[in-house]
Amino acid sequence: MKVFLSRDSSAQSIGAEAVARALARVAAERGEPLELVRTGSRGLFWLEPMIEIERDGRREGFGPVTPADVPGLVAALADGGTHPLHLGRIEELLAAQGQRRINFRRCGVVDPASWEDYVVTGGTRGLRAALEMAPADVVEAVTASGLRGRGGAGFPTGVKWRTTHEATAPRKVVVCNADEGDSGTFADRMLMEGDPLALIEGMAIAAVAVGAEEGYIYLRSEYPHAREALERAIGIAYDNGLLGADLLGSGRRFDIALRMGAGAYICGEETSLLESLEGRRGVIRFKPPLPAVQGAFGVPTVVNNVITLATVPAILADGAEAYAALGHGKSRGTLTVQLCGNVRRPGLYEVPFGVSLAHVIDELGGGTASGRPVRAVQAGGPLGAYLPAPALDVPLDYEALAERGGMIGHGGVVVFDDTVDMAEQARFAMEFCAIESCGKCTPCRIGSTRGVEVIDRIRAGTDADANLALLGDLCDVMEQGSLCALGGLTPYPVRSALEHFPEDFGTPAAAAAG
Amino acid sequence: MPEYSESRAAILDAICRRHADAPGALLPILHEVQERLGHIPGDAVAGVAERLNLTRAEVDGVVGFYTDFRREPAPARVVKVCRAEACQAVGGREVYRAAVAAAEAAGGTVEVEAVYCLGNCACSPAAQVDGETLGRLDTERVTRLVAGTDGEVPA
Repeated sequence: MKVFLSRDSSAQSIGAEAVARALARVAAERGEPLELVRTGSRGLFWLEPMIEIERDGRREGFGPVTPADVPGLVAALADGGTHPLHLGRIEELLAAQGQRRINFRRCGVVDPASWEDYVVTGGTRGLRAALEMAPADVVEAVTASGLRGRGGAGFPTGVKWRTTHEATAPRKVVVCNADEGDSGTFADRMLMEGDPLALIEGMAIAAVAVGAEEGYIYLRSEYPHAREALERAIGIAYDNGLLGADLLGSGRRFDIALRMGAGAYICGEETSLLESLEGRRGVIRFKPPLPAVQGAFGVPTVVNNVITLATVPAILADGAEAYAALGHGKSRGTLTVQLCGNVRRPGLYEVPFGVSLAHVIDELGGGTASGRPVRAVQAGGPLGAYLPAPALDVPLDYEALAERGGMIGHGGVVVFDDTVDMAEQARFAMEFCAIESCGKCTPCRIGSTRGVEVIDRIRAGTDADANLALLGDLCDVMEQGSLCALGGLTPYPVRSALEHFPEDFGTPAAAAAG
Repeated sequence: MPEYSESRAAILDAICRRHADAPGALLPILHEVQERLGHIPGDAVAGVAERLNLTRAEVDGVVGFYTDFRREPAPARVVKVCRAEACQAVGGREVYRAAVAAAEAAGGTVEVEAVYCLGNCACSPAAQVDGETLGRLDTERVTRLVAGTDGEVPA
């Protein structure tokens, strides 16, 4: 019996290991040989722990499985029957949802620690193609694909690469930003746990394109499972020439070192990350110089997010046109939507850009888990605006969302039902900024603490008019007077909460101000 | 666990030597010091500074900046509970408050640390105990986790 079971840390967090133990026990009792393949997750978290069983070359899913389900499930299948937890073929389920899996084509399918699985599913094709091209053509292919940075800013990846490619320097560096700190996002973690070799191949392609021999993955310490998966994958990559002195026999060198963060949200900001990588406090840097010109250790550096880099092998393997053919407006390819919060079917949905946010929440997510109406949605992480339910009929596209005052960010979508207190959410945005501010800019360092106090006074009904005006001023100063997105964008969730949900701030004046 | 047969100086020597060729390796060094000693005591700050030719203030500033680094030994159990938005949307605030109350009841033997996202947002509310992430928590389960009476930690 060949069984696939996720080892993804989210699946483990809700009992996947207990299911693994039950499978081993039941197989032993029945005297049936068990081949248990541990994969990443398919991202269908309402069905986790999910198992897939391969029979006659056909792989079918069952879930959510508890240890108590395992004996009956194994017995039913041994008799050639079926079981109430049967889900059918998972590929069909994903296709029915409109998912187009490019980044996540291997995640949940293969054993992430198997080089053979990687190669059989198209691994190394992208790097092989890149090694046969002139580096400038590799940059051009990434530009032509329309790929934009998936970490949040959405900057065209090819343009970034071109800057580093054109810089003349004896030493260049490729850095993967794996400090995925935004609440509501987990795509980087899933990919690193479920398909880490794709990230390594993407970094190797970036290195070939810009002329770097040295790479770093800066991983947040909150992700111990991703760390294990990456350490294993880096070893496998060295053993098979995906890293080292002779990349796939080309004679080119590329090394990767894994560096662990130490619990600082701000290190997801690229210049703070570089400071931390160099062994200092994660205090942000002025730009310019851009990291692409003067980044890690003072040399030209490509800094890209995990998903961005992991997309590159597919672009090189299948062509920029194929990738650019998907999408909407200036947002090309697929977006890995991470749907969570108060939603019935939370998970990872990789869909072409352009699908509407309402469709994702209502159709794919099935509405709220509580069954109550959706009241607010925060897209793009803790620095993203809160959108009210009527504003959700908007295509997922960087520009379209920005027009509504929202942002795609890293693709996180957090759903709240009508029990949410939006004044409390606004207060939290300021509190979070105060806790995580690196301290460089006064508006962020001090303004966020003052923001908490001002919101407290508004909620208490103390001098509401004056305090609302003060909060507006404070938001202006933070937005305009901060060097990076933490201080600069914290006003977005605050202002949007005030604008769309003034009644939660408890004063007639607040209602009027909305 | 600390190896008492080895002097503090020898431990720091070995750790710093291992990272001698890695550029800017202060964070990996401090992580290792903490792994070996359980925390980063003042004399280790001075020892690392001396070996890396940094000032004590530079090393101390790094220790102070990052929440993972501890100047004092950790209590027997540390439960990291997520306070961020995706958990808030499904009762995370109540879970965090219950964890704090349970830690107070335990009288200083357990530390509840607020964290801001464990990447377990599709199975929230979430917490982490001994490097294991746990999901779909409620106030009762988190109370048992903090009290150390939860038998079903998936390992």
